[in-house]
Amino acid sequence: MSTATHALTDSATMLRRQLRHMLRYPTLTLTAAGVPVIFLLLFVYVLGGILGSGLGGSSGGRDAYVNYVVPGIILMTAATAAQGTAISVAIDMTEGIVARFRTMAIARVSVLTGHVLGSLTQTLLSMAMVTGVALLVGFQPTADLGGWLGVIGVIVLIIFALTWLSVALAMVARSVAAASNMLTPLMILPMMGSGFVPTDSMPAGLRWFAEYQPFTPFIETLRGLLMGTPMGNNAILAIGWCALIALGGYLWARKLYNREPTR
Amino acid sequence: MTTNLDHPALVATAVRKAYGDHVVLNGIDLDIPAGSVFALLGPNGAGKTTMVQILSTLIRADAGEMRVAGHDVVRDPDAVRAAIGVTGQFSAVDGFLTGEENLLLMADLHHLPRRERRQCATDLLARFDLVDAARKPAVTYSGGMRRRLDLAMTLVGRPRVIFLDEPTTGLDPRSRRTMWEIIRGLVTDDGVTIFLTTQYLDEADRLADRIAVLHQGKIVAQGTAEELKRQVGGGHITLRFTDARGHDHAAQTLDVVSRDDEALTLQVAGQGDVRSLRALLDRLDRVSITVDELQVHTPDLDDVFFALTGNPVAEQEPAR
Repeated sequence: MSTATHALTDSATMLRRQLRHMLRYPTLTLTAAGVPVIFLLLFVYVLGGILGSGLGGSSGGRDAYVNYVVPGIILMTAATAAQGTAISVAIDMTEGIVARFRTMAIARVSVLTGHVLGSLTQTLLSMAMVTGVALLVGFQPTADLGGWLGVIGVIVLIIFALTWLSVALAMVARSVAAASNMLTPLMILPMMGSGFVPTDSMPAGLRWFAEYQPFTPFIETLRGLLMGTPMGNNAILAIGWCALIALGGYLWARKLYNREPTR
Repeated sequence: MTTNLDHPALVATAVRKAYGDHVVLNGIDLDIPAGSVFALLGPNGAGKTTMVQILSTLIRADAGEMRVAGHDVVRDPDAVRAAIGVTGQFSAVDGFLTGEENLLLMADLHHLPRRERRQCATDLLARFDLVDAARKPAVTYSGGMRRRLDLAMTLVGRPRVIFLDEPTTGLDPRSRRTMWEIIRGLVTDDGVTIFLTTQYLDEADRLADRIAVLHQGKIVAQGTAEELKRQVGGGHITLRFTDARGHDHAAQTLDVVSRDDEALTLQVAGQGDVRSLRALLDRLDRVSITVDELQVHTPDLDDVFFALTGNPVAEQEPAR
């Protein structure tokens, strides 16, 4: 068999390993969904009445705010799940199992692609749960079938990019706790963008940051696809950011994985 | 598999490795015949693990030529990887998977045909006495079971050369003996070549056809267990006396290696076999000296190290 077919079969084997972990320990998937669900409930029921009226729409109030906040909450799930990915990669790297993989004649990158594809599946599941809760608390998307397909496409791109980044960060960390901490800022980013309130309500410096950081185009694209709000050039920006983060994360992760392990 | 029984399974010439100023391996030469057990003996921090990591393609040496199972370690690492199996010092099992799933994972990664992979897992579970625990996650295994599973996983690809880095460290005496039997079985039943590292002379003695002693990055002695022990000069016998008079008298009568006036003990050279013990006691009897207590001390790693390097083990480089 050629190296290319090995890379595919070995990646599939590693993906099966990750899926088995996921099925055996469903708490991992539930935890990734838990934090965003708590934020959703807090923001909708505690703050939503006031925040919704501040949006400046015709209806206002809590009902308007649910529809505003859900895209940000969905992306927050991508961030919490990325933290889970970093933890599971860090566990692998600190245990002997990766040393075993390195001394076997398998496609080297398959260990990492297994993690990325496994996390992609797990994050989609977590997001489906979060979206389910959102629908229960009054989220009313206007997207048609094409819109939903667009949503899934954009979300897969975003998860793919963030997962490669978190795999790389997990290997920089060298310990499980450090890997978990390193991903925490990712959870804050949706808040420091257009996830919870419009960026034009923020003070100048923060607004500048919010408008240029990747989560804002991610959120605006999702919001446009789900709710029919104007997207402008956000979809192009979002795809560009995804490509950049995914490629950078992949190259970085590969380099870190191929570096010599030090005891 | 290209291993030829007429060719050595592992050859290394002038292998060097340093981390910054700290030289870990300083010119190691090895020549290990196929189908034999080779033990690299040394205390913590001697460079044993580094040597295993280099030979198993985990890290690169700074200099030196190495061929494992006929393949160049530096130029053709994938061919080496296809021919070897490694059981490291730290358990390399997936704790979230069951024992059986761990073995099936290895079978998949070795691209075994579907029918063979299940058979392979079933056989190994039976051989390593893991049938009852096959469906339990590996995190629940005891140290000995984990180590057995680890070794079973190493065997899935039918490696020709197996590296075992301190295979019994941390195991209880019974698990240790089980592991020894398994390792000997690998050579006699499967004809593989085994490269093991150990801190224990008795382990090397029990398992290895040849032993090399690693000290401060160099091999200071190499040979069979018998040859090494001869270099150590055998063990010694400690005699304890009831009173100072007997102690003093005995010290004048015997060829004493060392004496301790407070504990009333003497050490004399001796192997501890029945014939020389009887001769020793007869000699004391003739001059009517009563021995209170007698201890036979067989040579261990400390003696080997002391004899070869003049340093006790404790004064070695600390573990990195």
